[in-house]
Amino acid sequence: MTTTTRHPIVAPRAKAFDLEAWVMRSLLGLGALWLVVGVVLPLFPMVGRSFQNTNGEWAGLANYGQYLTTPSLVQSFLNSMGVAITTTLFSVGLGFIYAYGLTRTAMKGKTFFRTLGLLSLYIPPLANAIGLIYLFGNQGLVTTGLFGLLPGININLYGFNGIVIGEFLYCFPQAVILLVTALNLTDARLYEAAEVLGASTLKTFFTVTLTSIKYGLMSALFVCFILAFTDFGVPKVVGGNFNVLATDIYKQVIGQQNFSMGATISVFLLIPSVFMFGLDRIVQRRQNALISAKSVPLQPKPNPILDWAMFGFCALMVAFIFTVFGTIILASLVKVWPYDFSLSLKNYDFSSVGGGGYGAYWNSLRMAFYTAIFGTAIVFTGAYLVEKGRGLNWLRSLTYLLSTVPLALPGLVLGLAYVFFFNNPIWRIPFTGLAIYNPLHWLYGTMALLVMANIIHFYTVCFLTGTTALKQIDAEFESVSASMAVPFYKTFWRVTVPLSLPAILEIGIYFFVNAMVTISAIIFLYPANLPLAAVAIVNMDDAGDIAAAAAMSTLIVLTSLGVRVMYSWLTKGLRQRSEAWLHR
Amino acid sequence: MTYSDPSASQSLEDPSLVQETQIQPSHAPGVAAEAAARSLRQPYLQIEDIHKRFGNFVALKDIFLNVYPGEFVCLLGPSGCGKTTLLRIIAGLEQHSQGRIIQGGQDVSHLPPSKRDFGIVFQSYALFPNLTAHHNIAYGLQNKKLPKAEIQTRVGELLDLVGLGGMGQKYPAQMSGGQQQRVALARALALSPGLLLLDEPLSALDAQVRVKLRAEIANLQRRLGVTTVMVTHDQAEALAMADRIVVMDKGYIAQIGTPHSVYQGPGSPFVANFIGVMNFLDGMVEAKDMVRCGNLVLNTPSNTVPVGQRVSIAIRPEDIRVMDGAATPAPNVAEAEVLGTEFLGSGYRLELSVLGNARQPMTLDISSHRARAMAIETLESLAIQLPPEMIRVFPKEAS
Ligand SMILES: Nc1ncnc2c1ncn2[C@@H]1O[C@H](COP(=O)(O)OP(=O)(O)OP(=O)(O)O)[C@@H](O)[C@H]1O
Ligand SMILES: [Mg+2]
Repeated sequence: MTTTTRHPIVAPRAKAFDLEAWVMRSLLGLGALWLVVGVVLPLFPMVGRSFQNTNGEWAGLANYGQYLTTPSLVQSFLNSMGVAITTTLFSVGLGFIYAYGLTRTAMKGKTFFRTLGLLSLYIPPLANAIGLIYLFGNQGLVTTGLFGLLPGININLYGFNGIVIGEFLYCFPQAVILLVTALNLTDARLYEAAEVLGASTLKTFFTVTLTSIKYGLMSALFVCFILAFTDFGVPKVVGGNFNVLATDIYKQVIGQQNFSMGATISVFLLIPSVFMFGLDRIVQRRQNALISAKSVPLQPKPNPILDWAMFGFCALMVAFIFTVFGTIILASLVKVWPYDFSLSLKNYDFSSVGGGGYGAYWNSLRMAFYTAIFGTAIVFTGAYLVEKGRGLNWLRSLTYLLSTVPLALPGLVLGLAYVFFFNNPIWRIPFTGLAIYNPLHWLYGTMALLVMANIIHFYTVCFLTGTTALKQIDAEFESVSASMAVPFYKTFWRVTVPLSLPAILEIGIYFFVNAMVTISAIIFLYPANLPLAAVAIVNMDDAGDIAAAAAMSTLIVLTSLGVRVMYSWLTKGLRQRSEAWLHR
Repeated sequence: MTYSDPSASQSLEDPSLVQETQIQPSHAPGVAAEAAARSLRQPYLQIEDIHKRFGNFVALKDIFLNVYPGEFVCLLGPSGCGKTTLLRIIAGLEQHSQGRIIQGGQDVSHLPPSKRDFGIVFQSYALFPNLTAHHNIAYGLQNKKLPKAEIQTRVGELLDLVGLGGMGQKYPAQMSGGQQQRVALARALALSPGLLLLDEPLSALDAQVRVKLRAEIANLQRRLGVTTVMVTHDQAEALAMADRIVVMDKGYIAQIGTPHSVYQGPGSPFVANFIGVMNFLDGMVEAKDMVRCGNLVLNTPSNTVPVGQRVSIAIRPEDIRVMDGAATPAPNVAEAEVLGTEFLGSGYRLELSVLGNARQPMTLDISSHRARAMAIETLESLAIQLPPEMIRVFPKEAS
C-alpha cells in the first residue's frame, strides 16, 4: 500500500508563467548580446579587412606579405617591443621598490607617498608627454639648464627615450597598485618562520618575498607591457621619427586612408596583447586562490638605514612625477615660452587655435558623464547577473568571459574595429555571399557610439571591481528574498545596490576619468561636429600650439582630480556607513 | 504500522521504534503511542527517493522522509554528509537529480523557491545590513502590499514573539549575535509559512547563548506549531530540540527516530558513535544471547546474529554500573583496573582496563556524588557490571 492511495496528491502544478525567471533570462540575454555586439562582432570586419586590398577585394595574405617585407613597418614592430620591454622593466623595477617601501618598511609619510604616487593615474599619458617637452625638449628647462643658469642636459627626448619616460609615468602607478596588493597579501608567519630558521635577510627576500608575490609581479609585468605596447598618445607627441605600431596605424588610416594596412598592423598590435592578457588571467586566478586563505598581516619593524633610503627613493619618484605635472601647469600659464615668463591665462583662450576649444572640453565632459552613468549601470547590472544570477550557467560564464576580453583590446584596435563595423551601411557575411543592411549604422558619428566605445574600452576593470564587491555580500540574500516571494530585482534595488554603493561610485569615477583622458579608442570615431578635449591636445600639438595643449591638459587633469576629490568628500559619510554595514 | 511505504527510511525507522519499546518501555512511555498517532495523520512534507549529484559526486541518495504537521525534525550528521543540500532541495534553492518533494499535498518538485511556502534562517542569518530589524522583518510583508498599519502591527507582534520588543529601529550591526538570530527567525516567520527551515541557526553563537536560544526556539516552534526542519551537526542540539532526528552519513539516511530511540537504540555503529559516547568491544557470538570478548563472556539481549560471527558490542559509559561491595549475584560482572580519571564537571569519566579483556579499554561515567563516596582519587580497581539490557550487538561487516 502506498501513501498515494490514502492521500491523493495534486499533480505537479503546470509550470506557471514565472515572471521573475523571465526577467532574469531576458536580462542575461541582453547582457550577453550587448557584449557580443560591443566586443565580438566588430572584430570580424576588422580582422577580415586585413585580408582585403584597399578596394575591399579579397587579397589573402597579401597585406601581411607586404607588411613583413616593408623594412620600416617591421622596424616599428621591433620599436614597439623595445619600448614596451624597457618601460616594463623600469616601471616594475622601480614600482617594486616603491611598493616595498610602502608595505614593508617603517618609513615616514606612507600615506603621502601612497596618495601622490598614484597621482599620475589622473594625468593622461598625453599630458605627461607635453610636460616632458617643456622639460627635455629643445626649449626645455633641463635641456637648456634653466635657460643657461646651469649646464644643460640633452636627453634626446624625441624618439625612444621620450616614449619610454612618458610610458613609464603611465605604467608606474599601475605597477605600484598591483605590487602593493601582492605584498599586502603575504603572510607574516612565513617571515617569522624564516627568522626562526635563521635565514639571512637577503635569503629571506629571495625565498619568501619574491616567491610569495610572484603572481602579483608577473601580473604587473604583463599589464605594463600591454599598456606600453599599445599606447598611442605618448609616441604621437614625443615619438618624433621613431615609429611604433600605434602611430603606424594612425598614419595608415588618417594619413593615407589605407584601412586595410591599418587593420593588418592592428592584428600585429592585437596578438601580443591578447597573449599577455591570457597569461595575466592565468596568473590572476592563481593569486585569487591565495587571497581566500587567511593570512596574518605583516608589521614592518623599524630599520633606520632601509627606512631612510626608501624615504629618499620615494621622495625622488614623487618629485619627478610632480615636476612633470608642475611643468605642464607652468607652461600653460606662461605667456610665451621661453621668452616671456610673465603669467597669463591667454593660453586658456582657445579661440585662436584649432582643436575645438571649450566646445571640445564641454563635449568631453558630456561624454565622460554619459560614460560614467550608463557604463556604471550596465557594468554593475552585468556583474550582478553573473555573480548572483540563478540558472543559465553557460550564459553567465560566457558573459563573464566576454566581460574580461576588452582588457586585451588596445584602444586603437577597438576604435578601428568600430569604424569597420558601424560605418558600413551593409554587412557582408563572409563566405556566404549574403549581405544585410546594417541596423546599427545610424549610431556612427553620434555621441552614443563614442560613449559605447568608452564603456567597452574600460569595461573589464570596472566589471572586476563590481564582482569583487558583490562577492563580499552574503550569498543568501537572494535565497532569503525568494523565500519571502520578493523578486530578485527588488532586492537588487533595496539591498544589493545600497550595499555596493562605494564600489558603484568607484566604477563611475573610473569611467569618468578615463573617458575624459582617452584618445586611442575615439580618435577614429569622433565626428567633426563633436571635437573632444583629449583629441584636441593631439591636434594642437600637431599644429605646434604646444602651450594651448598644455592648457587643455591642465584643464583635463584638474577636472579629473576635482571630480575625484568631490567624490571622496561627498561620499565620506556614506562609505563609513557601508563599511559599518559590511564589517560587523 | 499501516502507513509503511516501500522506502528505506521507513524500514530503518520502524525497527528502531520497535526496539526502543522493547528495551526501554519505562523510560519513554509516550513514544509508541505518539508514533501510532503520527501514522494516522497525513504528512505535511514528503521527500520521496531524492537523489542529488554534483557532476560525478553523489551528494544524496535514496532519501525518503515524511515530516508531519507541527513536527520538529532535525537533520543531523557529520560535515559534508549532505544536510544543507537536502534542506536547500526542500526549499527549491537547489534542484534534485531524481525523486520528488510533496508539500501540503502538492508536488512542488519543480517550483522555484518563490512559489513555495517556507521561511528560512541561514547560518549567517543573511540579515539585510542596510535595513533596520523592523524593515528586515517587514521585507516580505511590504512586498505583499499590505496596508502600512497592518505591517506595523504584525512586525510588532513578531518582535515581541522573539523577545525583541522595542528593538525594531536597530540595525543588524548594532545587535548581538543572539539578537540578530532572533531577527532572522522573526523574518522567517513573518509570512506565517507552512514550513520553517533552519540551517545551523545556532552555530555562529557562543556556547551559553546557544543553549539558551535552543530552548527558546524549541518552545516557540511548539507554541506556533509550525512544521520545522533544522540542520545541525551538534548532537546535543538535536537531542534537546527535535521531535525526531534524521541521522545522515555520506549522503544517505542512517537512521530516523525520536531523540530517545536514536540515543538508546542506535541502528548502526556509526549512529552509536556519532550520538553520545559509546564503548565498542570486538567479540564473537557464542550463543543467541552471549558474546565472547577476549576471555570475557557477556550476556546480551538475544539477537539473530549467527553463532561464530564476529560482532561489535556497544555500551554507553553512563550505562555501566559500579558494583557495591555487597555482592548480589548479577550477570556480566567483572573486575576492572583504573587507568585514568577525567573530571567532567558534573561527574567523572574513568578509563578502565577490564580483567579478561585488557586489550580493549572502556570508559565509565559516574556522578560526582558517587565518586566522592568511592574516594575516586586513590581508587585503583573496582567491580563493574555491564547490564545485559544496555548492551547492543552489531554484526561486523565482512571486510
Ligand atoms: N554546488 C556544489 N558543487 C559540488 N559539490 C557540492 C556542492 N554543494 C555541496 N557539494 C558537496 O556535497 C556534499 C554535501 O554538502 P553539504 O553542504 O550538504 O554538507 P553539510 O552536511 O551541510 O556539511 P556541513 O556540516 O559542513 O555544512 C559535500 O561533500 C560538498 O562538497
Ligand atoms: Mg551545511
